[in-house]
Amino acid sequence: MEYTFSNRLKLGAIVCMVLGLLGVAYGFYDSHKYETVEDVKVLLAGEHHDGDHAGDAHAGDDHGAAHATEEAHGDDAHAEGHEMSHEEHVLHQIHNRPYAALYVAAFFFFMIALGVLAFYAIQYAAQAGWSPVLFRVMEAITAYVLPGALIVLAIALVADKHIFVWMDPEVVAHDKLIQGKSGFLNKGVFIGLSVFFILGWSAYRYLVRKFSLAQDNSDNNSYFKKAFRWSAGFLVFYIVTESVVSWLWIMSVDPHWFSTLFGWYVFASMFVSGITVIAMIAIYLKSKGLLEFVNDSHIHDLAKFMFGISIFWTYLWFSQFMLIWYSNIPEEVTYYITRIEHYKLPFFGMVAMNFVFPLLLLMNSDYKRIPWFVVMTGIVILCGHYLDVFNMIMPATVVDRWFIGIPEIGSILLFGGLFIFIVFTALSKAPLLAKGNPFMKESKHFHY
Amino acid sequence: MEASKVVHAIYTDDDVLMSAVKKVKAEKHHIEEIYTPFPVHGLDKAMGLAPTRIAITSFLYGCVGLTVAILMMNFIMIEDWPQDIGGKPSFSYLENMPAFVPIMFELTVFFAAHLMVITFYLRSRMWPFKKAENPDPRTTDDHFLMEIAVHNNEDALTNLLKETGAVEINIIDKDEDAH
Repeated sequence: MEYTFSNRLKLGAIVCMVLGLLGVAYGFYDSHKYETVEDVKVLLAGEHHDGDHAGDAHAGDDHGAAHATEEAHGDDAHAEGHEMSHEEHVLHQIHNRPYAALYVAAFFFFMIALGVLAFYAIQYAAQAGWSPVLFRVMEAITAYVLPGALIVLAIALVADKHIFVWMDPEVVAHDKLIQGKSGFLNKGVFIGLSVFFILGWSAYRYLVRKFSLAQDNSDNNSYFKKAFRWSAGFLVFYIVTESVVSWLWIMSVDPHWFSTLFGWYVFASMFVSGITVIAMIAIYLKSKGLLEFVNDSHIHDLAKFMFGISIFWTYLWFSQFMLIWYSNIPEEVTYYITRIEHYKLPFFGMVAMNFVFPLLLLMNSDYKRIPWFVVMTGIVILCGHYLDVFNMIMPATVVDRWFIGIPEIGSILLFGGLFIFIVFTALSKAPLLAKGNPFMKESKHFHY
Repeated sequence: MEASKVVHAIYTDDDVLMSAVKKVKAEKHHIEEIYTPFPVHGLDKAMGLAPTRIAITSFLYGCVGLTVAILMMNFIMIEDWPQDIGGKPSFSYLENMPAFVPIMFELTVFFAAHLMVITFYLRSRMWPFKKAENPDPRTTDDHFLMEIAVHNNEDALTNLLKETGAVEINIIDKDEDAH
């Protein structure tokens, strides 16, 4: 059985991309309306007149924090007699916003694909009997790993110091802490490691997809065995590289701050988003009358994973938060102070969306097999994990000048459209049933 | 109720048992009980048993555990002997809540798990010093026993059970209903 990429969906994806591109372009245009410190002074005066004292009130706070920890502002590790005015900070934040918005959305869609790649490798390594009917869906989603990763890397390099302060030599020259980390935080290592990781992930994806297609027309299990070995090896590679990439691509936006479980935390986020997207695409294809071999029990199992990994994510989110909150060490706790002061709604809203919602909606066993229930919860989970990435990048780049407006939504549309375009194109390239898989019969009869 | 007679049909394989259950149900006989050495997947559905409500009790017990944890920590750490938690002596439960989350979690799980097990034992009428109801000790090893009520239809029932692959069929007088 084949899937053909319907013209309507294709058109929808292209329209999303075009609208997204317009939104992103508007974001850049809008941010450059403020060219000088004088423009910002006018802006701040306007905000002040509106009775919004936020700008002034925060100015004091932020500078206090900046002096204490050299951390609160994205661009302002300039301490030691190299002060920037508040207006200059605000100007930088305004200019950073479209880059950061683009980066958040690009990373969000990339992490879905990488999460699915890990999930897929686990299915092979565990020789899972329930999931082979979903393999072609997973393979299609992983087609986005290579383009997605290249886009994230490209945005990182183009945005440069707009996202990563440590890429600004002037900042590093005045910052002892970043100087101490410059053996790792420098452009050479950043590009070298990123390219190496992307090559590794794509090579595995290329091989395992090749084996999966070859296994369809094979009379023995040699390709399956190869896929099994490569998957087991890949998982080792993945857990190390995923961790390091989360330090490089995300944690380094706050170059003074570090958390030892950050890699796990990002992993949980990408894993649950990936599984959610597998469930949503499987349900979409079923609603089109395809994938008739995927039954309620498969959806039920995916929903169980969504439920379980959501709780796992919360566990890591809370572990990271509680230890830092409890110990209250200034250089660590500033991370959460910024978020709780300026990002109260997205920061705690994300916990409600990623924990309370899936917990209550998917707790009942029967609800896990009702497609619209799973899709609805899935949408909340995906929005929640977008916010999660948002909360990781934005406080370091735009501080309190955040909003989910045209640049952010435009970026989501742009990469969302691209994601749909690439995934469904890959889906239409192979039969929807990986019929040669030795566990296919078990998977078709899977019954909970 | 008349002096009850039951048929005990013994099987040696869970798959045979499952298909036998389906056949017996199709002939509209009432299966009183089935004794198996291990849980047989899908047997409850085949027998037409009502779905278990243990999950609901588990949720309620979890809520009780959460409440106990909150009240207990509030009394111990805030009211009775106020503690300075993490260098933040706010003496407010809400502001110190993160420190109590592990306890809230543990007690939720503890209450849910233990009370659910106790509920399960009681609902299955298993309590200390209870005499076993098991009619045939072989069902604790490798045999499966299906108990069916007889209403003057012994022969028809015996023939049906033979067809389904029972290795042994006994008709038993049940004088004292243990239920």
